[in-house]
Amino acid sequence: MTTNNNQAWLLADQQIHSRLLIGSALYPSPDIMRQAIQASGSQVVTVSIRRQNIGDRSGQAFWQIIQSLGCHILPNTAGCRNAKEAITTAQMAREIFGTNWIKLEVIGDDYTLQPDPFDLVKAAQALIEDGFEVFPYASDDLVLCQRLVDVGCRIVMPWASPIGSGKGIMNPYNMELIRKRLDKTTLIVDAGIGKPSHATQALEMGFDGVLLNSAVALADDPVKMATAFKHAIEAGRLGYEAGTMPQREFASASTPTLGTPFWHQG
Amino acid sequence: MEVLINAKKTQTTATNLAGLVSELKMEGTFALALNQNFVPKSQYAATAINENDRIEIVAPMQGG
Repeated sequence: MTTNNNQAWLLADQQIHSRLLIGSALYPSPDIMRQAIQASGSQVVTVSIRRQNIGDRSGQAFWQIIQSLGCHILPNTAGCRNAKEAITTAQMAREIFGTNWIKLEVIGDDYTLQPDPFDLVKAAQALIEDGFEVFPYASDDLVLCQRLVDVGCRIVMPWASPIGSGKGIMNPYNMELIRKRLDKTTLIVDAGIGKPSHATQALEMGFDGVLLNSAVALADDPVKMATAFKHAIEAGRLGYEAGTMPQREFASASTPTLGTPFWHQG
Repeated sequence: MEVLINAKKTQTTATNLAGLVSELKMEGTFALALNQNFVPKSQYAATAINENDRIEIVAPMQGG
């Protein structure tokens, strides 16, 4: 029997196969970015917007490369520090990229880039009322994630650890709790993933996908690391679907002892 | 009159956003906000600009 490692799943009503969402920033060159995204097998790529200097065409060249990949586009509101900025940025991104998907970031602390939970919920509600499919970048706080669901988010993206830290899942208890309590919500682990094994852990916990950027873009070989994440995520998902054995507090021999040479009842 | 375009003081003779975009020879993929409010392309001609207005013009960029 063969197992399909890439069974289709629904992300915001779109049928996709990969459970890896990948960023487009920080790569050594545009061509390595393109190769890494292709190697990752991802079908969702995050992008952003910035001030356009008059006569600067670099943004247009970047956008042409991204379009050529044929992926779903997930624009972000990076750099926004309150609901008003995030809402306006999302509206501009919708016109530029022609999608109602938005990765909603509202930063509340410059040191940790931790989201502002109050303005995050406020912006999410306003954007949903305006027809957006909101992918909110959240911390691993259960109540915040619940409030985002309450205002209409079908997808929530709790962090593993601070953006770009590469520390992996800092608080597995919180993450498992979020997965357990929000069992009807699409949950993507966003931010803080550093190694393929971190992504495997997230998928083993039952998270629906992982969004990452720095872990691939800042690797010595981004294309090879993208391939590693592709396999790690497939492994994690298969492990989750297969069902892991229960943990025990004592040893239990895997080789039957009855009838082995010199066996004696203890 | 003087307006702020991407936080830079700029002189313009345009009276609405359509005129401003034409004056700046903007092309390609971009979007615009006037005084922190998004203005869709379809509204450029109908949106007047005034002295000291703050205009943001944005384009695609890499993001995570």
